[in-house]
Amino acid sequence: MIDYEYKKPESLDEVFALLKNCGSQAKLIAGGTDVLIDIKHRKIEPEVLISLRGLNDLQYIRKEDDYHIGAMTTHAMLEHSELVEKELTALQQGAAQVGCVQLRNVATIGGNVCNAAPSADSAAPLLALGARVVLQGPNDRREVEMADFFTGPSATTKKDDEVLVELIIPGDMEKYGSSYCKHSRRKALNLPIIGVAGAIKLNSDNTISDVKIGLTVVAPTPIRALPAEEFLVGKAFTDDVLTEAGKRAAEPDCCMPRDSLRCEGWYREEMVRVLIPRVLKQAAGNL
Amino acid sequence: MKTQTVSFTLNGESVTATVPQSWNLLRTLRDHFELTGAKEGCGEGECGACTVVVDGDAVNSCLYPVMEAEGKTIVTIEGLEKTDGGLHPIQDAFLNNNGVQCGYCTSGMIMSAKALLDKNPAPSEDDIRTSISGNICRCTGYVQIVESIDNASKMMK
Ligand SMILES: Cc1cc2nc3c(=O)[nH]c(=O)nc-3n(C[C@H](O)[C@H](O)[C@H](O)COP(=O)(O)OP(=O)(O)OC[C@H]3O[C@@H](n4cnc5c(N)ncnc54)[C@H](O)[C@@H]3O)c2cc1C
Ligand code: FES
Ligand code: FES
Repeated sequence: MIDYEYKKPESLDEVFALLKNCGSQAKLIAGGTDVLIDIKHRKIEPEVLISLRGLNDLQYIRKEDDYHIGAMTTHAMLEHSELVEKELTALQQGAAQVGCVQLRNVATIGGNVCNAAPSADSAAPLLALGARVVLQGPNDRREVEMADFFTGPSATTKKDDEVLVELIIPGDMEKYGSSYCKHSRRKALNLPIIGVAGAIKLNSDNTISDVKIGLTVVAPTPIRALPAEEFLVGKAFTDDVLTEAGKRAAEPDCCMPRDSLRCEGWYREEMVRVLIPRVLKQAAGNL
Repeated sequence: MKTQTVSFTLNGESVTATVPQSWNLLRTLRDHFELTGAKEGCGEGECGACTVVVDGDAVNSCLYPVMEAEGKTIVTIEGLEKTDGGLHPIQDAFLNNNGVQCGYCTSGMIMSAKALLDKNPAPSEDDIRTSISGNICRCTGYVQIVESIDNASKMMK
């Protein structure tokens, strides 16, 4: 029999107080689309769920010097935001492909990031857009680079008494074009076989000024394809160069795809090679 | 088991329910209010049979903690009936276009369609398909379902 208390605090201070009182018996819940499944499958058995849905001030998409996205922003809000579609295209594409309409209406970006699935659809876009996560604890606030946040499947550097409050994307990303490819068998209710996101900035002579590539389901955590990025910067934006970047990303010093139910490792590796050039061309098309 | 009283608007009426805090909205609708239109297919967000509309958005009621329903406006398939007892145009359209086979997915399909048409009265076929992408029809009558929703959008103009 599944049973827990359900608390719905209205401020972060109340959340911290509850976390302190309930200790390891408590679990934070945002949209609940991961937590409630884990409870149903008895992966976790919390005695208290602490809902973040009373924290309405954590739901926003704002552009100041940087882009600020509140942790409780739903995938549907990101999907339908004109700002996100135009200036952070890869993230809009990621959000729009999470699960299905019903899930996107409640599931949050904060939950997607904190759940830290190797396949999370917001992860590759956020990596490519150079995002940082903002963690608030009872006494302090710290920022962590997205690339350093994930430490393993379902594991992050977030401490138990911290709440992810915001994602920050550098304002400079407005000069980049970006794109995300979720490679999957079906268009809905399906996790990616692999996910590839790219953000690129070109010089006037069509050489690559800067590029960031995020990959999912090719390693225990979402990763940046650093060897490919390093190779690309300063090179001409040509098919041959992009093809070589795809090859470098597929090397074992970057990717370690494994066999899984969804597909075998060799295929993932092959798709890294194919999709990196494709995604970077789409990204450049969004400049 | 810790219970709590929640109040919300259900199919146009103010209601309260005193239920265990760990219940979801689907269980509350079915076991407390005895509204059995919303179905439990999977209980984990995969099938859409439990779809209801909360504050204008389609959600899976199996993944919706009932404690989050406080103050919300919730519409289920039972709330679509007109005051004279007649069917809602979306229901009519499903009947007239063979959008119903065994009927298990139907209330979920219709609630997804309702959320779509309330926001977007003239959807494209793509919009319609996206709106029901979280609803599985085991009888696989998708073409007729899409036609039903398209037809409903035209009847409701
Ligand atoms: C049928 C189905 C299909 C799905 N399809 C996809 C898909 O296509 N792509 C995809 O990426 N995901 C998918 N998911 C997974 C899930 O919907 C997403 O990961 C979603 O974004 C989780 O967000 P949530 O708000 O529901 O998180 P919750 O379930 O509420 O929380 C997830 C985890 O994060 C913690 N948490 C949440 N918010 C915070 C915060 N602000 N601070 C600290 N900790 C926090 C929780 O304690 C929990 O550990 C699917 C899930 C289901 C059930
Ligand atoms: S019963 Fe809720 S989605 Fe299947
Ligand atoms: S009509 Fe049978 S499941 Fe859709």
